Amino acid sequence: MSVLAYGVAAWIFCVGIYGAIISRNLIHLAVCLSVAQSSTYILLLAIGYRNHATAPIFKGFENRTKAVDPVVQALTLTDIVVSVTVIALILALALDAHEAANTVDPDELVGMRG
Amino acid sequence: MAWILPLAVAAPLLAAALLVGSDHVAPEHFKDAIALLGSGTATVCCVLVLLQSERRDVLHWFGGWRPTGGVALGVSFVADPFGAGMALLASGLTLTALAYSWTYMRDAARPYDALLLAMQGAMAGFALTGDLFNMFVWFELIGVAAYALAGHQVKELGPLQGAVNFAISNSVGGYLILIGIALLYGRTGALNLAQIGHELAAHSADRLVVVAFTLLVTGLLAKAAIVPFHLWHADAHAVAPAPVCAVFSGAMIELGLLFVARVYWATFEPVFPGPPIRSVLVVLGVVTMLVAAVMCFLQRHLKRMLVFSTIAEAGAILTGVGLLDPTSLAGAANVVLSHGLLKAGLFLVSGLIVLRLKDADELRLRGRGRALPVIGMLWCAAAVGLVGVPYLGVFLGHALLDDGAGSAGIHWLQPITMVSQGICAGTLLRAGARVFLGWGAAEDELLTPEPEERVPERSAFAPAMLAITGVVVALGLAASVVPGLERRSEAAARRFVDHAAYAARVLRDAQQKPTPRLPYDVPRASPASIAYGAGATVLTIAVAAFGLWHRRLPDGVRRAARRSIGPPVDLLRSVHSGIVGDYLLWIVAGTAVIGAVWAFTLT
Amino acid sequence: MRRQRARGLLALPALGGLGALLAWGFSGLSPFGHFHGFYGQLLNAIALPQRHTTNTVAAVTFDYRGIDTLGEEFILFTAVIGVVLLLRKAGRATPRDVAQDVVSSQASRYFGVIGAGLVLLVGLWLAAFGYVTPGGGFQGGVVIASGIAVVFLACGYRAWLRVSNEEVLDPLEGTGAGGFVALGLAALIAGAPFLHNLFGPGKAGTLFSGGSIAIANWAVALEVAAANLVLYAEFLEQYVMTLVRDTGDE
Repeated sequence: MSVLAYGVAAWIFCVGIYGAIISRNLIHLAVCLSVAQSSTYILLLAIGYRNHATAPIFKGFENRTKAVDPVVQALTLTDIVVSVTVIALILALALDAHEAANTVDPDELVGMRG
Repeated sequence: MAWILPLAVAAPLLAAALLVGSDHVAPEHFKDAIALLGSGTATVCCVLVLLQSERRDVLHWFGGWRPTGGVALGVSFVADPFGAGMALLASGLTLTALAYSWTYMRDAARPYDALLLAMQGAMAGFALTGDLFNMFVWFELIGVAAYALAGHQVKELGPLQGAVNFAISNSVGGYLILIGIALLYGRTGALNLAQIGHELAAHSADRLVVVAFTLLVTGLLAKAAIVPFHLWHADAHAVAPAPVCAVFSGAMIELGLLFVARVYWATFEPVFPGPPIRSVLVVLGVVTMLVAAVMCFLQRHLKRMLVFSTIAEAGAILTGVGLLDPTSLAGAANVVLSHGLLKAGLFLVSGLIVLRLKDADELRLRGRGRALPVIGMLWCAAAVGLVGVPYLGVFLGHALLDDGAGSAGIHWLQPITMVSQGICAGTLLRAGARVFLGWGAAEDELLTPEPEERVPERSAFAPAMLAITGVVVALGLAASVVPGLERRSEAAARRFVDHAAYAARVLRDAQQKPTPRLPYDVPRASPASIAYGAGATVLTIAVAAFGLWHRRLPDGVRRAARRSIGPPVDLLRSVHSGIVGDYLLWIVAGTAVIGAVWAFTLT
Repeated sequence: MRRQRARGLLALPALGGLGALLAWGFSGLSPFGHFHGFYGQLLNAIALPQRHTTNTVAAVTFDYRGIDTLGEEFILFTAVIGVVLLLRKAGRATPRDVAQDVVSSQASRYFGVIGAGLVLLVGLWLAAFGYVTPGGGFQGGVVIASGIAVVFLACGYRAWLRVSNEEVLDPLEGTGAGGFVALGLAALIAGAPFLHNLFGPGKAGTLFSGGSIAIANWAVALEVAAANLVLYAEFLEQYVMTLVRDTGDE
């Protein structure tokens, strides 16, 4: 089970980065980055999980009930917000690229090199 | 006085929020005042924190959650002289950029100021924090503000390319850091630097710790412009407006290097043997210095030239950090200070050049700078500061770096640093001579042509911009002879590397022995350092002369040179392709290789 | 073409190496389900007695690690400024331009508005009770923004413009972000550490629990909702501009 939980995170990260490397479209690239970042959510939440434990919310529960780790959930919330913002910025840049250069292919967006 | 620490971060952020919130209702001057007030308050706070941290570290626990039983509950800011100094440099440079931009970017929408303020707050937070995840949050905030600032003038292809490459590469660096943090949390159940160090020291290093360290360091090195993670910096810096570039080169890059040092000394030092880490970091630093120096020489675009020179200096700073001893660390800190000021000054001068001459290309501008003697003198003065002439500019930092290398028994590092410095400074002087004096050939096939630079619309020249630039350059030049600086930075470095004292201070609130009062004098530099400084000066003049008049060399020599060094140089140039897919490939490959090396040597 | 092909081929061994490194590192983690990190367990145990907050994740987000949330708020805030800077140009689409924008189905309009209202209500509930039961400022804020966005789907662009006025959203965003900082500064001025709880802990399990957590929660909800709305507005306008161009209206 550990292999599955952590292995999925590693696999998704590599797949997302691979997609970003070979991407020919900025929008596709943004989604690939989002995929790669979702691997970090999986990793964080998988790390914090405890068998036979409930959510770390104690309304109606006794305080001593075994619960999963709340800190990784807070970290994941922050992570999601960060992801949203970066995707929004890259998409805005893609729109501007289409406007200015009539292309969304990162390989053709080259003004400076060397 | 620990309550000043959060103010250095909160003031600029609050000012940014107020600026945007009152965008449609408040008059212009009110908004200018808010921006200045927010930035200025934070800078003053950083000065106060620096003064207080000189005797003992300043500590602030957010929300009042102090550690109980040696377990850190909340997030802490820990200010030692290097962290406070870095925060001060970042805040001061942003304040300068804001002041400079008042006329340079007059058409800029209010968001530009808010972005700079957010970046300032985040940089201060990054420099002062003692918590890994908190560092990640500030890392991302710096990044987001910077992407928007770089892609600011998006009607051109250049800024778009720069911003896109920046956003994608920096984000991937962030993912690597986050996975490293997750792994460390999975092992130790803590996020505080001292706490993680305490937990890790209880067990020996195993594969998880090695991989986490690799990921953290490579993510930070991507921000710090170290080869092979440096490729996007040239594109991004070259297209951002000049005052923004001043902040990027002066502070943003150096923050990554500071945190590599901090995470090593506060967390990983008792866990790993030093030599494998030292070798890898020093090798990376040396490769960066040489690659960046060559690329710097091959540039025509003034801002791109400046960025590669920054990358070369970042390599030198990394060797200082990577040697893992206090003297080199003190040297690295001094280089950060002097180089930061001088490079910011150079970027501000480049802004003036673009404003007055409407271009940023060395060859196209040949001779046109003759009408601007003051700007020319500022450029050359700052370039001279970067040479390492004894007792000027970056000399103190490099002298300490050389001493540190010498005492570690490494004697090949100093000449390489001298060569790299000489090439970069020589290129800057070549550009200065060509633009402001009209010397040198009008055509040069060695240099890579780049598209034209666009001047921000409706910007006007104001004498204040010249004055601000002059002050920054003067401060940078004087950084080597500040009385008492050398002794204090060495003392601060000795405190920085004291892992046990840091952990005791943070986790158990132990009273630190205050640093004794040090004299305010300028110690005499060692003869070796003066020799290297003189050597760098000679090399600079030679490189500048070669750059200007290499066409006068006999044809046979030129043909032989082209045959022998042509192909590798062309290969190097083609690596800097401007395509983000290539950059990501280098980041992945670099991480995998460094990880493999450390996997074999650290377990 | 050859360059891209080469890049794709080279990426495979590079990523293989990175993947192997990651897998090697991950294998050092404790087995799935057996996490023993004491930080989380400690917080689970003390969040309720100390802060009278039944949702420990909210206590962690808004109190114990409140400064992280402050930074994250500003990441969202800054990204929205960035998007606005990149996309907001001269020449906005005014309602009169979008001649084709007519929602012809009455049923769509009525049920859409009802639906928007319901989603809005759910969002407000998620935000309000965020520190008592599952939910929170972020989640609530996103749902509130989605509820308002349903107005575009149900009633068309003109109605959307009426509810997403930038002169209203910008101050709201600023208030949300600034409010969080102000909360922290208020504590500083009162002589306590930044973001210290100035209000009593309150009664656990009710809306009046947690003290400053409640205020931070609402500041975040406000900011996230406003930020999301500005994002939707900017991207939506770009889309509408293409419609205007296509129909030839100027």
